[in-house]
Amino acid sequence: MNPERKIRLLVGKVGLDGHDRGAKVIARALRDGGFEVIYTGLHQTPEMVVQTAIQEDVDALCLSILSGAHMTLFPRVIELLRAQQAGDIKILGGGIIPDDDIPRLKEAGVLEIFTPGATLTSIVQFVRDNVPPRHLEETHVQGD
Amino acid sequence: MSKTVKKQPPKTHRKGERDLRFTTISDMPIEALYGPGDPPDFNPDRNLGQPGQYPFTRGIHENMYRGRVWTMRQFAGFGTASDTNNRYKYLLEHGTTGLSVAFDLPTLMGVDSDHPLALGEVGKEGVAIDTLADMETLFVGIPLEQISTSMTINAPASVIFAMYLAVAEKQGASLSSLRGTLQNDIFKEFIAQKEWIYPPRPHLRLITDLMGFCCDQVPQWNTISISGYHIREAGSTAVQELAFTLADGIGYVQAGIHAGLDMEVFAPRLSFFFNAHSDFFEEIAKLRAARRIWARIMRERFGAKDPRAWKLRMHVQTAGCSLTAQQPVNNVARVTVQALAAVLGGTQSLHTNSMDETLCLPTEHAVRVALRTQQIIAEETGVTNTVDPLGGSYFIESLTDRVEEGAMAYIRQIDEMGGIINAIEANYPQKEIADASFHYQQQIDAKEKVMIGINRHTGGDDTRPEVLTIGPEAEEDQLQRLRETRRNRDQAALDRALANLKAAARGEDNTMPHIMDAVRAYGTVGEISDALKEIFGSYQETSVF
Repeated sequence: MNPERKIRLLVGKVGLDGHDRGAKVIARALRDGGFEVIYTGLHQTPEMVVQTAIQEDVDALCLSILSGAHMTLFPRVIELLRAQQAGDIKILGGGIIPDDDIPRLKEAGVLEIFTPGATLTSIVQFVRDNVPPRHLEETHVQGD
Repeated sequence: MSKTVKKQPPKTHRKGERDLRFTTISDMPIEALYGPGDPPDFNPDRNLGQPGQYPFTRGIHENMYRGRVWTMRQFAGFGTASDTNNRYKYLLEHGTTGLSVAFDLPTLMGVDSDHPLALGEVGKEGVAIDTLADMETLFVGIPLEQISTSMTINAPASVIFAMYLAVAEKQGASLSSLRGTLQNDIFKEFIAQKEWIYPPRPHLRLITDLMGFCCDQVPQWNTISISGYHIREAGSTAVQELAFTLADGIGYVQAGIHAGLDMEVFAPRLSFFFNAHSDFFEEIAKLRAARRIWARIMRERFGAKDPRAWKLRMHVQTAGCSLTAQQPVNNVARVTVQALAAVLGGTQSLHTNSMDETLCLPTEHAVRVALRTQQIIAEETGVTNTVDPLGGSYFIESLTDRVEEGAMAYIRQIDEMGGIINAIEANYPQKEIADASFHYQQQIDAKEKVMIGINRHTGGDDTRPEVLTIGPEAEEDQLQRLRETRRNRDQAALDRALANLKAAARGEDNTMPHIMDAVRAYGTVGEISDALKEIFGSYQETSVF
């Protein structure tokens, strides 16, 4: 592992939803916070996002979903990552996600959901504290 | 030139001021006091005029709300067409005076309910419309000749509009009697809302085709609702919202002229849509400046002769992005202040957000409260008793001038770039918005700007309100309807219509009659949009953040 390698993050919008104000603000805050940030742009399918995440060898995938389709889209992305031995890529999310749905999303494998009101500093700090470089864990992965 | 009177700031305002920067939410600094001499060189005849007369600063009608109160037009739609039809009947029963259709995300994007990308999204953000059959159900028991309808649809606007016209035909209404508005504003999609199918120029072609069609056949229809609302929601300042909206308007007028349409006929049917955000006076000033700038653009820049072409008619919606999920009942207070700003700003039509919209689409209870808010303002507060009550206020006139100056600087910049299409292709408005929204978020995080319940007064929360949930049945029902419609339609008629549409799209014939044929043959939004995609191609943005 390269100790100087910056943590790499993919910020993405899956599905048809084009409301990208939050995703862009987060992407910028993360970039300013010292991470390498790739922004997928809009109208990505789960397959496209997963493909990009693997190709770009990111440590975490941050999905923004405001359309109400989060209970379908997050699990789908996680399923696809696991099918390609990339289940160790951390999943973060934000957008319009009712509190009631968060426990189920976490059970499905989402690391954290940031709801409206979360500060940029807290998000950047969370990533710093909870997203290690992916391949650091290679020897510890439990059969994903 | 009037003599400027020097204003002496009272000494008491220097000492004892709170330790804050006194600015609008868009960072415009505000003085402690405005008085005689503010704004400098104030000329009421030139800058204000009379309501109903150029430059319309005080309002586009002589009597404004003494003649007729603004239209109370609540944006609504969810689930299937029959779910939404019920909601429209509820709203009409409770005093809504115009309909406003919210479509689901697949429909907005020109995609059918059974498309892979539509999974999980059908009926969630608005009503699912795939074919004319859905549109017929949407307006069951609602005579289109008697109501005005606004439809928030952009990328496939021509298709949805054709469906509306086809429903009207089936109801026996004449197209010339139909009143309403189509949002149909593709420039702001590229700038802010991001609902597109094709690249900008093909979309513009569809828009000018529709404008031409309406000039002839649907003369009372507002062909575009040139929108600042979404630009503001994306994080712009008030000045940017105004500037980019009017720059878009300039672009549409130029496009119409370029397409050979008669400006005197199409320009009076361009309408506008602004945001009513939280900074009360800034919003009032913005709306007044909007009318004045547009009047000057139409009369002096474009040389329009018909005064109706100079009048900026607007719909306003209170700011969704200002509402909080925390302590949602507080949103009623926010919406009330924002709605009042829209009214004091002289809007023609108003939508008030429901308190629960940060959590879900509005419940019946919440939307009723939102509607009552408008009714209370209209009927209990006395603000409709006189036209432009704040006109002549030292502060309001100063602020109106400053907002106008700020907007004109941006408009000149965009002119220098060669117009709005060039500016969009250079990512200029998009970058301005991204910068403004990041800056605002930093201010929120640093508590330089306040959102009660988020970064101040976060104590306590309301008991969880009942929320509207759209279950998977909506998607299942819709897929069933779609299958049935496809089974029962005249496929040959549809195929012919699509072939003719593609030929028209390749050439210069107006696409609208062919879209109408395809729609009458029960072609789907996706099928018709895809047919055009074969000719027009699709669009991928290069994102800036």
